[in-house]
Amino acid sequence: MIRLDAISWRFLKVWRRNLITYGKIWKVSFLTPLIEPILYILAFGMGLGVMIGEVRYGGATLSYVRFIAPALIAVAVMHNAFFETTYTSFVRMYYQRTFDGMLATPLSLEEIILAEIVWAATKAAAAAAIMLAVLGAFGYVAFPMGLLMIPAAFLGGLAFAGVGMVFTGIVPTIDLFNLPMFLFITPMFLFSGTFFPITNLPEWAQPLAVAFPLHHIVELARNLCIGVHETGVLVSIGYLTVFSVVFILLGLISMRRRLIK
Amino acid sequence: MDPIINVKDLTKKFKDVTAVDGISFSVEKGEFFGLLGPNGAGKTTTIRMLYGFSPPTDGTLEVFGLDIGKEWREIKSRIGVCQQENSLDPDLTVSQNLAIFASYFNIPKETALQRSGELLEFFALSHRSENKVAELSGGMARRLTLARSLINRPDLLVLDEPTTGLDPQSRYQMWDRLDALKDKGLTVLMTTHYMEEAQTLCDRLVIVDHGKILVEGSPRDLIAEHTGGNVIEIAGHEDAVIDFIQAHDIEYDDLEDRLILYTPTDAADLNNTIIDRFCVDKCTYRNATLEDVFLRLTGRELRE
Repeated sequence: MIRLDAISWRFLKVWRRNLITYGKIWKVSFLTPLIEPILYILAFGMGLGVMIGEVRYGGATLSYVRFIAPALIAVAVMHNAFFETTYTSFVRMYYQRTFDGMLATPLSLEEIILAEIVWAATKAAAAAAIMLAVLGAFGYVAFPMGLLMIPAAFLGGLAFAGVGMVFTGIVPTIDLFNLPMFLFITPMFLFSGTFFPITNLPEWAQPLAVAFPLHHIVELARNLCIGVHETGVLVSIGYLTVFSVVFILLGLISMRRRLIK
Repeated sequence: MDPIINVKDLTKKFKDVTAVDGISFSVEKGEFFGLLGPNGAGKTTTIRMLYGFSPPTDGTLEVFGLDIGKEWREIKSRIGVCQQENSLDPDLTVSQNLAIFASYFNIPKETALQRSGELLEFFALSHRSENKVAELSGGMARRLTLARSLINRPDLLVLDEPTTGLDPQSRYQMWDRLDALKDKGLTVLMTTHYMEEAQTLCDRLVIVDHGKILVEGSPRDLIAEHTGGNVIEIAGHEDAVIDFIQAHDIEYDDLEDRLILYTPTDAADLNNTIIDRFCVDKCTYRNATLEDVFLRLTGRELRE
C-alpha cells in the first residue's frame, strides 16, 4: 500500500534536519571525496595508466586517467547515495529511533522516507561537486559544462537512494547490507564501463551492463566532463528518471510495510 | 462538550495475535487518564493507534472529535507524544533538538525559540541547552523528551511509561513536573506499570490485560471496591487463620508462604483481633494500594 496523498512540502523539514546533523560532521565527510580522487589519479595515472596507454572511446583517443576520471565521480554518486539510505537510514530508523519520534508529529511516513532519499541524493551531488573541483584542478573536467554534473549527480543519487531504501525496508539486521553491497554495488562498480569500455565485455554481458544505472551516470559524467560518450544523453537521463521513480515508489512501499504495523 | 479521546470497540490484530480486543473508553478535557496493565497487555499498541502510528483493525477512534484515519495531520499537530524509547537526536544539542522538532510542526522560528526557553526552564535543563544529547543523564534525556513533546502546546499529552528506568530522584522530579502540567489543565493519557505513579497522578484509569479492559474508575474507588481498604499480610500462618477468616467472610489471597487479607477500613476491632491472635512472626498491616488491586486482577504469575 502506498499513500502519495500523504506527501507535502513538509518533507523538506526532515531534509533540513539531516543537513543540520550533517553540518556537525561535514569536515570528516568532505575528506573522502577530496582525497579519494587524488589517490585514484595517482594509482591509475602513475601505475596502471603507464601500462595501458590510451583508450579509444566515443570516437576520441583518451589517456587512461582521462577515461576513468569522470567515472570516479559517478562511482562516488552511487556510493554516497546507496550508503546513506542503507546504513545511515537504518541507524536512524532502528538505533536512534528518529523516525518513531518524527511519526508522532504531523509528518507522514512517506514524507520522512522521501526526505531521506532526497537528502541522500543531495549528499551525492555535494560529493560530486567536491570531486569536480579536485579533478578540475588536475585538468580532467571541462568547465562550465562540467558543472552540469552536479544536477546529474542528484538524479543519479535519487536512483541509488531509492534502491537503498528498498533494501532498508527488507533487511532484518544492519549486517545484511553486505549482501546488496556484494551482489549489486560491487559488480556495478566494476562492469559499468567505469574502468574499461563495456564493449570489452563478452557480447552477452553488454546489455546487462547497459541496464546498470551506474553505466548511465558514468556516461553522463563522461559527456559533461570531457564531452565524450557512447550512450545518448537523453537515453541516460530518461533511464535514470524512470529508474528513480520506480525505486523511490518501491522504497516507500517497502518502508511502510516495515514500519506501519 | 465532546471528549478529547473517544474510543469504541477498538481492536488491533497482528497476524495471529489480538493485541487490543475491543476496548472502549473516553477521556474528558483536563483529565489525567491512566492506561495500566502488565507487559504485553496492549497499552503501547493502543496509544500507537491514538497518534496514527498504527491503523486500527476495527472499532472507532476519535481524538478531538476527529477521525484518525482521515484527519490524522490535524490530530497529530495537536497532540504531544512522549515515547518510551529515547528518540532524541544524539548528535544535536538540547536546544537544537527542540528547534528541529518544532519545525516539523511548522512552528515559526522565533516562537519555537521562546517556547524552547520556557520549556528548558520548566524542566530544569536551561544550563544544559548547549550540551549534546549524548552527554545527558537518563533522567535529563527523559525530561528533554517530555519537553520536546510539549513544544507544540498540545491539547493532549500522551505519555508512554514516562518514568521507566529512572532513579528515584529523577522519578520524583518527573512526577512533580507532571503534577504541575496537570494543574495547568492539560489533558493527559499515560501508560505505566508503576502503580504508585498511577495512584498519585491519575484522576481515572483503566486496567487492561490480554487486550481487554478489566476495570475502570478512580484509584480511590478501585482500591475501595477491590480490596476494602486495608491489607494484612501474614507470613508462615497456621490453619486456624484460614478457619477464622472464612468464618468472618474476609476476602483473602493464599500465596502458600503468605496470606494476604483484604479487610474494610472501618473494621478496626476485627483488624486488631486478627493481628492479636494470628500475627506470630512476620506480619504487615497497611493501607491497600493500587498495586494490590492490580495484582488481584491480573494475577501474580510472571508474564515473560
